[in-house]
Amino acid sequence: MFRPSRLGATALLGAAALTTLTACGAAPDGAAAGAAVKANASTSAAGFGGMKALVAAAEKEGKLNVIALPADWANYGELIKAFEAKYKIKVGSENPDASSADEIAAVKARRGQKRAPDVLDLGIAFARSGAAENLFAPYKVEAFDKIPAGQKDPEARWYNDYGGYVSIGCDAKRIKNCPQTFADLLKPEYKGKVALNGNPTKSGSAFGGVYAAGLANKGSFADIQPGIDFFAKLKKSGNFIPVESTPATVEKGETPISIDWDYLNAGYADQFRGKGVDWKVSVPSDGVYAQYYSQAINKQAPHPAAARLWMEFLYSAEGQNLWLKGYARPVLLPAMTADGSADKGSVAKLPKVEGTPSFPSSAELDKAKAALAENWDKALS
Amino acid sequence: MPVPSPSRTGPAGGTRRRRRGPRTWIAALPLLVFTGLCFGLPVAALLYGAVTGADPATGSTRLTGEHLRRSLQGPYLGSLIGSVQLSALTAVIGSVAGVLIAQAIVTSRRTWLRSATLTASGVLANFGGVPLAFAFIATAGISGVVTRLADLDSLGWNLYSFTGLAVVYLYFLTPLMVLVIIPALDGLRPQWREAAQNSGATGRQFWRLVGLPVLAPSLLGGFVLLFGSAFAAHATAAALVGGSVPLVTLKIADALSGNVLVGQENVALALSLDMIVIAGLVMAVYLPLQRRSARWLR
Repeated sequence: MFRPSRLGATALLGAAALTTLTACGAAPDGAAAGAAVKANASTSAAGFGGMKALVAAAEKEGKLNVIALPADWANYGELIKAFEAKYKIKVGSENPDASSADEIAAVKARRGQKRAPDVLDLGIAFARSGAAENLFAPYKVEAFDKIPAGQKDPEARWYNDYGGYVSIGCDAKRIKNCPQTFADLLKPEYKGKVALNGNPTKSGSAFGGVYAAGLANKGSFADIQPGIDFFAKLKKSGNFIPVESTPATVEKGETPISIDWDYLNAGYADQFRGKGVDWKVSVPSDGVYAQYYSQAINKQAPHPAAARLWMEFLYSAEGQNLWLKGYARPVLLPAMTADGSADKGSVAKLPKVEGTPSFPSSAELDKAKAALAENWDKALS
Repeated sequence: MPVPSPSRTGPAGGTRRRRRGPRTWIAALPLLVFTGLCFGLPVAALLYGAVTGADPATGSTRLTGEHLRRSLQGPYLGSLIGSVQLSALTAVIGSVAGVLIAQAIVTSRRTWLRSATLTASGVLANFGGVPLAFAFIATAGISGVVTRLADLDSLGWNLYSFTGLAVVYLYFLTPLMVLVIIPALDGLRPQWREAAQNSGATGRQFWRLVGLPVLAPSLLGGFVLLFGSAFAAHATAAALVGGSVPLVTLKIADALSGNVLVGQENVALALSLDMIVIAGLVMAVYLPLQRRSARWLR
């Protein structure tokens, strides 16, 4: 099935090309509109006539299409189950391992179809570009005003949902002294041990790792080059291994030190405690970098009311606490800590971080990404 | 052209069969439609996407050479070169190793050895992708069984490098060569060899003047096939080396489906176009030669 053949590549390219084609040609079919017009135009629960009416409208639709939500990522498995249990709505989860680019492609390719995704969990760059392309429906959840200004689109087409810090996970059974900082990683004792979660030109968390390493080495949000140089040095010393760290490689000990989001690393600690892996997580003090993902509603969502109800659920105390339980830091955490609705047990279990996170601007991110795309290969080969 | 009477074209009409008729191409129509749809359409869409782009000012589509230009410089060019290097190297080694193994089997008198090798080759030639990568990670990776038993680390072995990737590719390329070259080796009739010997030729002379010239097109064909297989391989490399060995298939995947780079789809299409051109160039060398070999090997 996975045989690497020219035929396979042609088919792959063909599929990609076909997607592009349908994206251009598809027109919204009128059948999905009609009764749903009001739901699709509503920009808050009040537009339905209150939460009760929203729940009723959503349950009438009875279905919600989600995409790219892995069950073992930030506790999404439990979130989906809790949502299904609370409302009479069936959640159809498509392609859990999809990327942000795949999500946007699905929205474009299935314009007006019943199978189109209703809601999207996107990397911030894709949230911004998708909003610019007018793909998302503006909607203010009830807690919208509590989301910090730097973490939402003023027109409410997207807003951050949860995030985390770049962290260093380490198998204490295999590594005598777990590294605490980026500077530590260069020590000769970690030869052939340090991995990233994928290729930084593709994976968001690996990109975060390079960004954080840049900050740790006198770089800035606009200048990621020191981070690239750091990994070049790490590769030259033999410490860096290009294996993409996954739950499987962590459990097997193939990636005994893995730079990844703290919520994923903390999740691995739970997952493998009983399997002979003592997984320690530390947020490196020399390169503190936090990044959030964003939530958006497909403008032409086939289940517009259910999509809005899902958003209300995610940004309710219940939804936010479920993310928190998965070691992700929900965007409302500061507000919820202040009003006491955050789950204290989960907060206490979060990896320790000093200071408050700051975020790069759109222009700075673009610049860093362009530099990364240009120089990563050269540095690593 | 007059339409022939039914009695002459029908199978019951006579013993003489028409080899070609004005309407026989209709039988090939499903194939032509299939090819047109499943290969022509994507190629057309690919070509279209590679040379057009959205105008940043107006948002309308316009013709541009920008994507093709970008696909031929910087890291994208590096990935094309990397892919060609890796494919050429593994195809050469795979071809030589495959021919030697095949020749050993063909000349061996043990038929069970032949059938066993052929069966194994059939299986191994199709063993690729993520399963293959993981098999190698488990055996020859950093904490792999063989790595620890044989202490490969101290010998400088590193699976996650260009060399490592080449070794993994050879694992499915060599059996593929064995499979495609055995019929050609079988086609070298023993009588030719006997005739050469009777005329006083040495073994070396036989290979130089008879064997290799007859085999050359098949060898080259095998090489082209191996090159193509390695050139288009993606999953194995993605699982093994991520971004540290620049390969064009990995670059296309990054651009088409990633969480970091936005709006690179057209560059990916341009890269695909570059791949088709390279594959086309390689095929162009092979096709005329294959026609020549058909005379000898039936």
